[in-house]
Amino acid sequence: MAEHGAGDLRLTGLTKRFGDFTAVHPLDLTIPRGSFFALLGPSGCGKTTTLRMVAGLEEPSGGTIHLGDTDVTGTRAHRRNVNTVFQSYALFPHMTVLDNVMFGLRRKGDKQAEAKAREALELVQLGQAGGRRPGQLSGGMQQRVALARALVNRPDVLLLDEPLGALDLKLRRQMQIELKRIQQEVGLTFVHVTHDQEEAMTMADHIAVMNAGRIEQLADPATLYEHPASTFVANFLGQSNLLRARVEGGARDGLVRANTEGQELLLAADSVPEGLTDLWVGVRPEKLTLGEAGGRNRLGGRVVDASFTGVATQYVVRTPWGADLVVVQQNDGSARATPGEDVTLSWEPGREFVLDAAQDDHAGLDEVAVDG
Amino acid sequence: MAEAALAPGGPARRRRRSWVPYALLAPGLLWLAVFFVAPMVTLGSQSLQEGNVYDGYTLTGNVGIYADAVGKYWPHLLRSVGYAATATVFALLLAYPLAYFMAQKAGRWKNVLLVLVVAPFFTSFLIRTLAWRTILSDTGPVTEVAQALHLTDLLQLLHLTNNDTLLSSKFAVIAGLTYNFLPFMILPLYAALDRLDPRLVEAAGDLYASPWQAFRHVTWPLSLPGVVAGTLLTFIPAAGDFINSRLLGNTQTVMIGQVIDSQFLRVLDYPLAAALSFVLLLMILGLVTAYVRRAGTEELV
Repeated sequence: MAEHGAGDLRLTGLTKRFGDFTAVHPLDLTIPRGSFFALLGPSGCGKTTTLRMVAGLEEPSGGTIHLGDTDVTGTRAHRRNVNTVFQSYALFPHMTVLDNVMFGLRRKGDKQAEAKAREALELVQLGQAGGRRPGQLSGGMQQRVALARALVNRPDVLLLDEPLGALDLKLRRQMQIELKRIQQEVGLTFVHVTHDQEEAMTMADHIAVMNAGRIEQLADPATLYEHPASTFVANFLGQSNLLRARVEGGARDGLVRANTEGQELLLAADSVPEGLTDLWVGVRPEKLTLGEAGGRNRLGGRVVDASFTGVATQYVVRTPWGADLVVVQQNDGSARATPGEDVTLSWEPGREFVLDAAQDDHAGLDEVAVDG
Repeated sequence: MAEAALAPGGPARRRRRSWVPYALLAPGLLWLAVFFVAPMVTLGSQSLQEGNVYDGYTLTGNVGIYADAVGKYWPHLLRSVGYAATATVFALLLAYPLAYFMAQKAGRWKNVLLVLVVAPFFTSFLIRTLAWRTILSDTGPVTEVAQALHLTDLLQLLHLTNNDTLLSSKFAVIAGLTYNFLPFMILPLYAALDRLDPRLVEAAGDLYASPWQAFRHVTWPLSLPGVVAGTLLTFIPAAGDFINSRLLGNTQTVMIGQVIDSQFLRVLDYPLAAALSFVLLLMILGLVTAYVRRAGTEELV
């Protein structure tokens, strides 16, 4: 077994092929010790396979896995100081909750197994449920038992495979906060696999967005949202309005002039990659303002749909060239537009992000719809 | 019409509904009464009668026959239990890996293997036991290989055979019992292991359990219902069997089933045969109750 507190988790060229299908393309990733790291992506993007390779449940086709300085690539699952919270929880139905939590400690021959297990159950607020069987618990309680069963071993890395997937929305929110609290309390490295972008953003310090076996972007949640590196990331994380644009003329006062469908746009020069002339200009719905008060960039259009959600109103505005833009306006007391009304949308240069026009502007959209 | 049938039932309908379960149970209950309760009563009363086939029997309440039966045939009773238990253990050892493979690893071959397990039932029990005489015959390849590997010497050392052949021995009887009741062990085990979630075994491995520990703490306890069902289905009929020891054994391997058979059909001592049947029944009942109690407490592991 690896030394406790071994350090960073380092994946180098990690690859997994199933026959002709490459589930995970050579992957390099360093997950700092003590961080809450999320692997985010649609179903089938290779995130769970990556996790299973780290757990030792799947044998890599290539590459290495290091825990600190120890190479654990060839180490079998039961000899790795890594524990998993499974999507199905995989609680042992024939044991009590306490026996489930003690299972790992018992295998390691820990003398204080019971005391530690009780402590772990307290941590997940299930101190009273120790004598019950998993089958007698609700989904949320089972999830917490699964968490306690993994946590109690104080692994170098705790892997969470869509741990909240089976819970209803309210419970999921509650567990997200609790998971984050527990992670801060115990200070272990958490690697969390999820397809839920909101979940990843709420909890993780760092997120790697995966698509088709590759990492699209690795960053903190704010950077991912504000500066997505690809159209896939832009669409998969939140909503994006993507406008096809062409650079016209050089930078002046830190701004670049561009043209979309005959409309002039001003873009922050530092966000436009050098030498790129054909662009996707992306603007998040909440950065667009109805009316001209939002900033120097203006686009005209007609409201085709308005849905009031209480906190905000979401509009769909169709431009003269037929593109639908989504606008979210906070319910701050300003006048609301009605469908059929002609409006102007505006935003200040610098609030957009810019991507290479060679990318598919629909990347990542279908997956969002599927995951629902 | 359809609407009338679907309408919520009034009192008349409710009354009609109430006798339906009994009507459905009736054929089964009748069957049990005619073919289980009645024969048991007849057998019980037969055991307490005195007389002979020619002059007829009279019920005299001769309880002493039970003491006679046990006193005279206790070696056969014990031998039957011993052979049946041994065959059950061997059947379990053979069936468990096979059932595990079928349930967890065979994939699309699962159904083919299931058919193969059941296939022997398409031939008569008797024919299959007779076939073992050919398989174990003194000049057959099995015997020759066993002799070449000195397995026959080992069996002799263990007092399972009397000479360097295989047939007409304890070994042959136990092998025959094991073979004949193996499917009854495999099928319940298969059913139990088929339900086993492989993710639980994976989780055990993730929680530092070696493959052996994962088997001991997860796979085995979760398959226990299948083990209990399989061992009962094997042990109970094997203990009462009279074909294997007649066809594959010798005069030293006579089992209680054989004794009952000959008392009923050749010696024509009906009371003794009936008493022996009851003793066997009670013995099996006692053993099974003790076993199920023990298995049911989970302390079996």
